[in-house]
Amino acid sequence: MDITFVIEKFVLVAVIFGISLVIAMYSTYAERKVAAFLQDRLGPDRAGPFGILQPLADGLKMFMKEEIIPSNANKWLFMVGPGLAMLTACIGTAVIPWGSAITLGSRVIPLQVTDINVGVLYIFGVVSLGVYGVMIGGWASNNKYSLLSAIRAASQNISYEVAMGLSIIALLLVTNTMSLKEIVDQQHGWHWNVIYQPFGFLIFIVCSFAETNRAPFDLPECETELIGGYHTEYSSMKLGFYLFAEYINMFVSSAVMATLYFGGYNYPGMDWVLLHTGPVIGPLIGTVVLFIKIFAFIFFFMWVRWTIPRFRYDQLMHLGWKMLIPLAIANVIITGIVIAIVEKF
Amino acid sequence: MEPLTSKKKVLVQKPLTFAERIYLPAITKGLSITMSHFFKKEATIRYPEVQREMSINWRGMHSLKRDENGKERCTACGLCALSCPAEAITMIAAERKPEEKDLYREEKYAAVYEINMLRCIFCGLCEEACPKEAIYLDGPIVPSDYLRKDFIYGKDKLVEQPLEKK
Repeated sequence: MDITFVIEKFVLVAVIFGISLVIAMYSTYAERKVAAFLQDRLGPDRAGPFGILQPLADGLKMFMKEEIIPSNANKWLFMVGPGLAMLTACIGTAVIPWGSAITLGSRVIPLQVTDINVGVLYIFGVVSLGVYGVMIGGWASNNKYSLLSAIRAASQNISYEVAMGLSIIALLLVTNTMSLKEIVDQQHGWHWNVIYQPFGFLIFIVCSFAETNRAPFDLPECETELIGGYHTEYSSMKLGFYLFAEYINMFVSSAVMATLYFGGYNYPGMDWVLLHTGPVIGPLIGTVVLFIKIFAFIFFFMWVRWTIPRFRYDQLMHLGWKMLIPLAIANVIITGIVIAIVEKF
Repeated sequence: MEPLTSKKKVLVQKPLTFAERIYLPAITKGLSITMSHFFKKEATIRYPEVQREMSINWRGMHSLKRDENGKERCTACGLCALSCPAEAITMIAAERKPEEKDLYREEKYAAVYEINMLRCIFCGLCEEACPKEAIYLDGPIVPSDYLRKDFIYGKDKLVEQPLEKK
């Protein structure tokens, strides 16, 4: 355990944390701009050229506002809720392979904070913990609307986790490993997993819309029905944490989808590029490609939000339990049969 | 019961077809509609750099007019203040001194003439009531400000510029 290893990991963690915060910040800006362009209007364009400094203005506004804690609220839980939401959102970024290894001189630095061999299971554990932040916030607010929203969020989250897990099982049948780095390495070039598991990907993307509480599954936080949902009573930085945690969740979900199904940092023609650009720039180009995929997914999240109306609660439950779970199970069975047949020959 | 109009339509709630139940065809159609709007020209007008055209009957800021000789038309008769439904106009009349003969048309003039732009509803009744054709509502949109007292416009802001520059 030499000191350079510790420094390496420290720097990597700091860089990844910083990047995910900056991306979440500019996701708020992108959300407003994309929403505006889809609605035939301009978004924010007064703070800085094209409104680029708008997230900084929003962040400053969040810091300057008054922190209000309702008098009958459970004080400790009120403060823990947003913190927990932010924590579970950020630790999801630890196992995602951001690029192949960089070679600096004699050291090989892998661009992944930890490569545990149960990476997929870790991601699922973290995503399941994510619902606690919402539930605690809804309960601690001492507000019937918040409690209703917390209940809806909890039930929605656990319903769609089942289908997500089942679709991942089908993927694990194909990849034979749970370690994210090996899954990405198997998708070298253009052998992305979406070709082998298109249905699994469809189920996974619908479930990740539901897990991040993103439209059309945004019942926990819609304004027309629940005022503000679980973040009604929150103000200033605690509210900022909740909103940020939602965007970081969206970023992590996009990263997971890009890694599991769309090849992570692989792209067609990467061998040629790696040969001609050396050991430092080559992997970084892979990282750039991964970020392009992530941004495409984030744009898709926003595009769908402003297109599709919200699901009603019973429609949501019907979709999760009676449509997606049988589909996911059928996906697993068919994948197993196809793999057994292919192995025979 | 007999329907009262011929426009009565019986609601038929057919169960959803397979394509409707999987939601996906409708979703892709919606996504394509939204995407087409992404590339259309925006309808936003970037005020105040760009201003939209107003109609011919537009009623904007007030202005007190002068006649052909450059003398102020307003004689502080008070008919505009009387007709104003929002009671936005106040004035103090004064008698014209002999040396001020070139400034005012008649012997009575308005020494202080104030319109509270926050009370004004831009109805134009003062313009219709004025017997001397002195007040017209042909200015621009009233610009915004921070304090209430800055919205009480006096004669310095309301009277139009003199015809000849001295």
